[in-house]
Amino acid sequence: MTETVVIAEIVKGAVHPTTAELITAANALGSQPVVVVPCADASLADGAAKFTGVAGILAAKSDVFSDYDAAGWAAALDAVTPAGIIITSASPQSKDLAARLAARRGISVVQDVVKIESGNLTSPIYSGKAMQTVSLSGNAVVSVRPNVFDASGNDGSANVSVVDTSGDVATAVQEFMARASNRLDVAEANIIISGGRGMGNPENFSHLEAIADTLGAAVGASRAAVDTWDEIPHSMQVGQTGKTVNPNLYIAVGISGAIQHLAGMRSSKYIVAINKDADAPIFQHADYGIVATWEEALPILQSTLSAMMA
Amino acid sequence: MANIIVLVKQVPDTNARIVLSGERVDLSAVKKVMSPYDEFAVETALQHREASGGEVTAITVGAAGADKVLKDAKAIGVDHIVRIDCDDNLDSNALQSMLASVVSSLEADVVYCGKSAADTGAGSTGPGLAERLGWASVSNTISVAFGDQLSVITPSSGGNARVNVPLPAVISCDKGDIKVRKPNVKGIMQAKRAQVDVQSVEVPASTISIVTHSMPPAKPAGKSYEGGAAAAEVAQLLRDEANVI
Ligand SMILES: Cc1cc2nc3c(=O)[nH]c(=O)nc-3n(C[C@H](O)[C@H](O)[C@H](O)COP(=O)(O)OP(=O)(O)OC[C@H]3O[C@@H](n4cnc5c(N)ncnc54)[C@H](O)[C@@H]3O)c2cc1C
Ligand SMILES: Nc1ncnc2c1ncn2[C@@H]1O[C@H](COP(=O)(O)O)[C@@H](O)[C@H]1O
Repeated sequence: MTETVVIAEIVKGAVHPTTAELITAANALGSQPVVVVPCADASLADGAAKFTGVAGILAAKSDVFSDYDAAGWAAALDAVTPAGIIITSASPQSKDLAARLAARRGISVVQDVVKIESGNLTSPIYSGKAMQTVSLSGNAVVSVRPNVFDASGNDGSANVSVVDTSGDVATAVQEFMARASNRLDVAEANIIISGGRGMGNPENFSHLEAIADTLGAAVGASRAAVDTWDEIPHSMQVGQTGKTVNPNLYIAVGISGAIQHLAGMRSSKYIVAINKDADAPIFQHADYGIVATWEEALPILQSTLSAMMA
Repeated sequence: MANIIVLVKQVPDTNARIVLSGERVDLSAVKKVMSPYDEFAVETALQHREASGGEVTAITVGAAGADKVLKDAKAIGVDHIVRIDCDDNLDSNALQSMLASVVSSLEADVVYCGKSAADTGAGSTGPGLAERLGWASVSNTISVAFGDQLSVITPSSGGNARVNVPLPAVISCDKGDIKVRKPNVKGIMQAKRAQVDVQSVEVPASTISIVTHSMPPAKPAGKSYEGGAAAAEVAQLLRDEANVI
């Protein structure tokens, strides 16, 4: 039987719910994984004890895990992680870690897996224009896209064992530069509302921000918006040369749906498009398409959502 | 004086349509270009040379056809161009092992690469190479300042972090706010005459095999509405049908 190990996804000092999806992926590979929780304080691992479908929880405790450093994290995790297929989230930080861990063990890494069937792994290639299915001979590190696999149950009570570990940290964080707003970044958000050139001017992004605040969403942008307006930073750009996102919900407003934009968001679970041009390519990818100007649609969307969330 | 390496990969143009022939992608009719993020890696490498002196070597792993991407890098201003010869579809372990052996033989101080290649989308090569070399690494950097150490800016939960990176190190470059320079006529002429240093190194056997390529599953046609008033109904469906809010 294939042994599997899940590295818990840690976000803002807590075990992130996407970890439950990694457990489902491990189960699909045929085993109940050990879940390794990188932590500076072992109580953090209690957040993983409720997951079902696991063989046990291993709190890997080290000061290394206070700030992220790829070399330190990989060394400290490698020291305590059992042999097997190691599964991480495909968040930017965990993909980096996955590659480090694999190299440390002299094995390969398969990133961005969206399907597991008969032991074979499928990931998007060419920015999602095609899919690649691979088979493994031997162990590997596998990163799994968020919001693709169902979450495993969370009424379990797995045993947590604590083990101390360490690793040499190579880099040193000098300062954190918090975003001006406390709105989420597109790479972190489960709901994203993005604006394109069709927004007309950058001030109009305030309409998107208002909806984002109602939903707890992030605000994204097309490259045309980022390139045209200085007020829209590249950190908001979704697409081929921006960020790849996999939210539960992606709302595209005034975005035509160019292939390079689709590359960054086409695997979103649900896509809503608002565009005045019925022939805009984005509509071919939308679960809900609204042919209208944003001036007409956004106030209604805003007021309905506000009422619903109240 | 710094010995600087930049990794460049040849990939299908991002506008290209990807087609299948049987169960494999068929790239025979596709225009090939330098992977977009590698352009930022090249620019960062050149800026490093300008700040500290030294030389920039561009490396690609590929077959003879990939010389074109090296010539493109040469035209923009790198000093040396090296191709690690290989025909096969490599898994990450094989690719990184080959790169690690050549990078160590060149006694480099720093390697710049793209945050992810436009074909794989993986983002594995930079951190994986660093681990094999025992070097520091930072991925997805949006700004790099040069000194005895590097000072880079990279996204971190809730914003960005400024991180000090001791050399040697591997830096995977995101776009950031730098402008990439274009080749000039002199550069293009020099690139035409430039010799590619072709190296062959041992390739470890791959443990990842491609079973099949396929097209992305077609999305079932969505619901479509005319007029902004429909936004109210869509909001309701997002809650009741899609369960996402
Ligand atoms: C190498 C490369 C990399 C690229 N990377 C990216 C990337 O990462 N991300 C990205 O997004 N693009 C990227 N692009 C650019 C991409 O090709 C498109 O140019 C870009 O996505 C277009 O942005 P847009 O949809 O906002 O603008 P447009 O194509 O101009 O579309 C604007 C849309 O708004 C609609 N509209 C206008 N007014 C209104 C209104 N009042 N209400 C509602 N709708 C309205 C129009 O009907 C139109 O569909 C890249 C291109 C290249 C060559
Ligand atoms: N075959 C290759 N030759 C040269 N550089 C490569 C190769 N594959 C990957 N790289 C470099 O590593 C980066 C990330 O690639 P990947 O890990 O495939 O996403 C690319 O942007 C390149 O800079």
